[in-house]
Amino acid sequence: MSVSQIEPVSRLAVPKTAGLHVRLGTGTPLRLDCGVDLADFPMAYQTYGTLNAERSNAILICHALSGDQFVADPHPLTGRPGWWHLAVGPGKVIDTDRYFVICSNVLGGCMGTAGPKEINPETGEPWGLTFPVITIADMVRAQAMLLDYLGITQLFSVIGGSMGGMQVLQWASTYPDRVLTAVPIATAAHHSAQNIAFHEVGRQSIMADPEWRGGDYLKYGANPNRGLAIARMVAHITYLSEPALHRKFGRRLQDRAQITFGFDADFQVESYLRHQGSTFVDRFDANSYLYITRAMDYFDLAEQYGGLLADAFDRIATRFCVISFTSDWLYTTAASRDIVHALNAVAANVSFAEIISDNGHDSFLLEELEFWKVLGGFLEGAAEHFGIRGSNETDEDA
Amino acid sequence: MPETNSNGRANAGRKRELRVDLQRIADMVDPKCRLLDIGCGDGALLDYLVHEKGVDGRGIEISTAGVNACVTHGLSVIQGDADTDLEHYPDAAFDFVVLSQTIQATRNPRQVLEDMLRIGRKAIVSFPNFGYWRVRLGLLFFGHMPITKALPYDWYDTPNIHQCTIKDFMRLCDRLGITIERSIALNHLGHVRRIQSSDFLANLVGEQGVFLLSKQGK
Repeated sequence: MSVSQIEPVSRLAVPKTAGLHVRLGTGTPLRLDCGVDLADFPMAYQTYGTLNAERSNAILICHALSGDQFVADPHPLTGRPGWWHLAVGPGKVIDTDRYFVICSNVLGGCMGTAGPKEINPETGEPWGLTFPVITIADMVRAQAMLLDYLGITQLFSVIGGSMGGMQVLQWASTYPDRVLTAVPIATAAHHSAQNIAFHEVGRQSIMADPEWRGGDYLKYGANPNRGLAIARMVAHITYLSEPALHRKFGRRLQDRAQITFGFDADFQVESYLRHQGSTFVDRFDANSYLYITRAMDYFDLAEQYGGLLADAFDRIATRFCVISFTSDWLYTTAASRDIVHALNAVAANVSFAEIISDNGHDSFLLEELEFWKVLGGFLEGAAEHFGIRGSNETDEDA
Repeated sequence: MPETNSNGRANAGRKRELRVDLQRIADMVDPKCRLLDIGCGDGALLDYLVHEKGVDGRGIEISTAGVNACVTHGLSVIQGDADTDLEHYPDAAFDFVVLSQTIQATRNPRQVLEDMLRIGRKAIVSFPNFGYWRVRLGLLFFGHMPITKALPYDWYDTPNIHQCTIKDFMRLCDRLGITIERSIALNHLGHVRRIQSSDFLANLVGEQGVFLLSKQGK
C-alpha cells in the first residue's frame, strides 16, 4: 500500500456526534502570539446546565494538559467518566443545576479543536508540525471567541487546575471585565525550570520514537505510541507524591511471589505506569502533546507585563480564590503564594487556601472534601455578593 | 469548625453575635469601609463586618483550619502571616487594618504596627494587658508565669512571645509617632473604661486594651 492511499486521518477521530462543535474566526481570524492568523478553525466544546435569563450564571472550566471538554460525561473514546465528574454535576460542588458550565477543548488539542491532528484546510492534510506554535494566551483568546459566539459577555467564574489554572490567570489579566471570579487551582504564574525539564523529557521521548516520522506519522498511518506512553509515564510520576506512591504500591510485586531477575514489570508501580502509558495513547495525539507542553513552558504571565506579576492584575475587580495542595511538588504552594502576593500588591480581592492532602498534584481531580468545601463556599459567597441567580432559582428564591 | 453542608455553607440565617472585645472593635469601624483583618481566626469579626456593616473585608490567618473555615463561609481570606505578608500590600490600600489579640504573638510587633499604618488609614489593635492586676498578682504572690482567661497558656507552649502592658503599648505608639484616637480597657466582665493618658487604673483593671490608631499626615 502506498502512502497516498492511506486516509490521512488520526485513528483518534472523535465521533462527530460527541459534544458540540463550532467554526470560529470565519470573519476576523484569531491572531496568534507567534504572528500567524488562524482563520475558520474548529472548536469543540461541551456545556452542562442552563444559562439563566440574565446570562450571568456561566462558569468556564479550563482543562489541563491531558484533559478535554468532556468534564462530566463519559469520554467518547474510552467510555470512562468525565475527568472532573466528581466535582461537576447536578448538586455537586460546581452545581450544574445552578450554573451553566462550559468547557472547550484547548487550541492545539486533539479532541476536535484546531490542533496538529486536524486537517489544514489549505492542504487537505493533517497539520502536523506545520500547525503554528500556540500559547496559553492563544487558548484563552480562542475561548473568548467561543463565548462571543455563545452570547456570554461576562463569566460568573473561570475555574481550572494545573494548565487550566494558567488559563484562569490569563483570562483574569486579559479580560478582567469578563470575569467576576477566578479560581486558579494547583497552578503557577510561570513554568519553572523543573517544569520545563520534565516536559522536555516527554517531548524528546516522543520525537525519539521512529514512528513519529518527523511529526508526519498521520500521513504514514503510523503512531509514536511508545514515545507518547513514556512521556505520559514520566509526567504521571510528577502528578503524584512520594507518600501517595508508597501508599498505593510500596515495593509490592505484581502478580508474582518474588522478583524474576528480569525486566518485566516485577513491581506494581511499574505495571501501573505501563498501564497509564498504554491507555493514554488510545486517547491522545503525540503532536498535540508537543504543542500543549510547549504552550505551558512558554507561559510566564509576569513577562507579558514587563516582569512584574502584580501589573498583570492592575486595578482588577475580579474576586480570586487561589488553592494549592500541600503535597503538590509540581505546582507548589510557594508558586500559588507568589500569585497571592501579586494580587495583594494591587489590593485585589483574594482568598487563598492550602489544602492538606498527600495526593500530590492530582489532588484537584480527586475526592478531596476540604477542597470542595472551600471551592463551594467561595462560589456560594461570590454568587450571593454578585447576586447571581441560579438557573433553577425563581424570582421568589432570589 | 462550624458544621457545614456539602456546599460548605454554615452561616445562612445565622445570628451574628460577637465576643465582647470584637464588638468593641466592630463599633470603631466605619460602615462600608475597606478593611483588612490580620489574624482573623475563624472569621467571626470579618463575617459580622461584611454582613452587618457592609464592609469590603479581607482577612489574613495563619492556621489552615481557620482559613478554610473563612473561605468556606464566603469570606476573602488568605493563608498568611502578619510578620511576612504585610509587606506585599501597597500603601493606603485599606481604610482600617485590624489586629485583634495577635500583636503579642508576632515576631516583630513594631514592624507589624508600622506596616498596619502604612497599608491602612487607621489601625485597630487589641491585646491582653500584661499589667492586669490578676497577672501582676500571679507573679507577685505565686511566683509563676500568670495564667488567666485572656492568657491561658503555660510559659512553655504559649504563642504569646511579645507580652506588653497597656502602658508599654502606649509608649511604643508615642515612640513611633502614632496618634491614639480612641483607647479603651475592658475588664474581665467586658465593662469598658476609657483610657486617659498615664492611666494607672486602666492598666491595672483592664484585662484587655483596644486602641484606634492613626498616623500624622495620613
